Amino acid sequence: MQPIGLLIEFKSGHIKPANFGMATAARAENRQLVALMVDAPADDDKAALEAYGVTRIVNIHTDSNQWNPAMHAAAVVAAMQENGITTLIGLTSPAGRELLPRVAAQLDAPLVMDCIEIDLDDHRVKTSQFSGKTIATIAMTGTHFIYGMRANVIAPLEAPAAAEVIDFSYTANHPSGFEVIETRTDGSGSQYLAESDIIISGGRGLKNAENFKLIFDCARHLNAAVGASRVAVDNGWVPYAMQVGQTGVKVNPKVYMAVGISGSVQHFAGMKTAKTIIAINTDANAPIMAHCDYYAVGDLFDILPALEKALASMTR
Amino acid sequence: MNIYVCVKHVPDSAATITVEGKTGINEKITFLLNPYDEHAVTEAARIKASSADTEVIAVCLGKAAAENTLRAAMAMGADRSILIETDTSRDSIFTARALAAAIRSDGRPWMVFTGKESIDSEGMQTQFRLAQYLSLPVATNAIKVDADSDGVTVECEREAGTIDVYRMAAPCVIGAGKGLNNPNYPTFPDIVKSRKKPIKKIGTAELTIDTPVAGMQIQELVPAVEQHSPKALTGSPADIAAQIVDILKNEAKVI
Repeated sequence: MQPIGLLIEFKSGHIKPANFGMATAARAENRQLVALMVDAPADDDKAALEAYGVTRIVNIHTDSNQWNPAMHAAAVVAAMQENGITTLIGLTSPAGRELLPRVAAQLDAPLVMDCIEIDLDDHRVKTSQFSGKTIATIAMTGTHFIYGMRANVIAPLEAPAAAEVIDFSYTANHPSGFEVIETRTDGSGSQYLAESDIIISGGRGLKNAENFKLIFDCARHLNAAVGASRVAVDNGWVPYAMQVGQTGVKVNPKVYMAVGISGSVQHFAGMKTAKTIIAINTDANAPIMAHCDYYAVGDLFDILPALEKALASMTR
Repeated sequence: MNIYVCVKHVPDSAATITVEGKTGINEKITFLLNPYDEHAVTEAARIKASSADTEVIAVCLGKAAAENTLRAAMAMGADRSILIETDTSRDSIFTARALAAAIRSDGRPWMVFTGKESIDSEGMQTQFRLAQYLSLPVATNAIKVDADSDGVTVECEREAGTIDVYRMAAPCVIGAGKGLNNPNYPTFPDIVKSRKKPIKKIGTAELTIDTPVAGMQIQELVPAVEQHSPKALTGSPADIAAQIVDILKNEAKVI
């Protein structure tokens, strides 16, 4: 049985659902799924991991009580070595973007981020390149293999198993020259864009920061994340972390609503893989209208309040 | 003190990408300085402006045409450049080894800047490998850098609403994020001046680069296909809203 390491992430004290899709993608008869959890916030995640076929859970304990990517990556490398793991899969998430390249650099191992397909036997993956205009098949060679998966590309499927739980303490030297002063959270990042099933994004048509409230109001009923086009970010209406596109976040939701967004090449680069794209724009000739599944030619200032009303009456 | 800025020559994001052969693209399109690297060069120039005896050196691994990107970096504030010439595309493992070797043979860095990722291969890892080969600390997606001679205090945006503040000892590697600054777009005199700044060209064979045991090799590149066929939603705003709810509920099954 080849052990496959899964770098598990948490949100609000629980395992992020996107990890279960990752476990599903990694599962095979000749493999053992090993969940690697750094300073896990709760112990009640065992059953959830077992449901998706994990048979070993390694609880990595570091002596830091805060986010420290240098130390956490070093702890993951140590846990991989202790457990004979040469293949690690994680998410191309904010934490994954920090940890996976650090692990790969330490092990001098190949790494492909944002994989949309993985073949763990042949060490071959698919990922998008050139702003989503091409799909590259990449062959990896080396002694260790690190994969960063795009969230939500594989739907989670249960395959119940029983898991043993192992504690692993990482107390090695603190990585030199790197110190965490603080982490500031302002609460605006309620839901990470790339892992959301539904995203509603606003663009130039919103006209100002205040009008984004119309989008947030609809998003709240759907538990959707809110994104934005580059224009909205460059105008300072919303923070950069909400930008979807070439130089922003690349997303892969089930539903992407583009509101008042014309649809530049750079914006498509970040959202073209969405399953269902719904566009609302006053301009019937905007590029987005020809590259979506549904479009409404109309004023977002009429349609968003109507949508909010319809959603409110449904969820009440 | 030396500030090195690692830059990449990449296709303009607005350019049409045509696959040629099995793994290449038609390169007769506009190439430019990778957008995140513009922030890196701008930040290095800003730090130089408030520090004595500081030189900013742009370093690039690329084909001969990458000279244009180094000229752009020098027009934006780099004092001189190093072009490590290669005639093939290289993965980030080789790239980081080559950049580290070129920096080591040139001088001792105070700081090394990169962009947080390149917009062509989108690998998101070269800065980490570079730091590993140079045995330096690294932070990425920096949106604020305060430098002194001992090190830097850097603010990095992990995700919307989450900022990590790190202290790194100098020398260190910093991956520039978009929020770091507004790029110093050059004026005409800057461009003229940049033409006189020196570019040292070296071949990969002239550097001490140990052969990597690992690699990432593109086997096939294909155009991404689009599978959308647009349908109109019509009627009053309430009608349109009802149709959207129906799509969410019955087709996408997200509510």
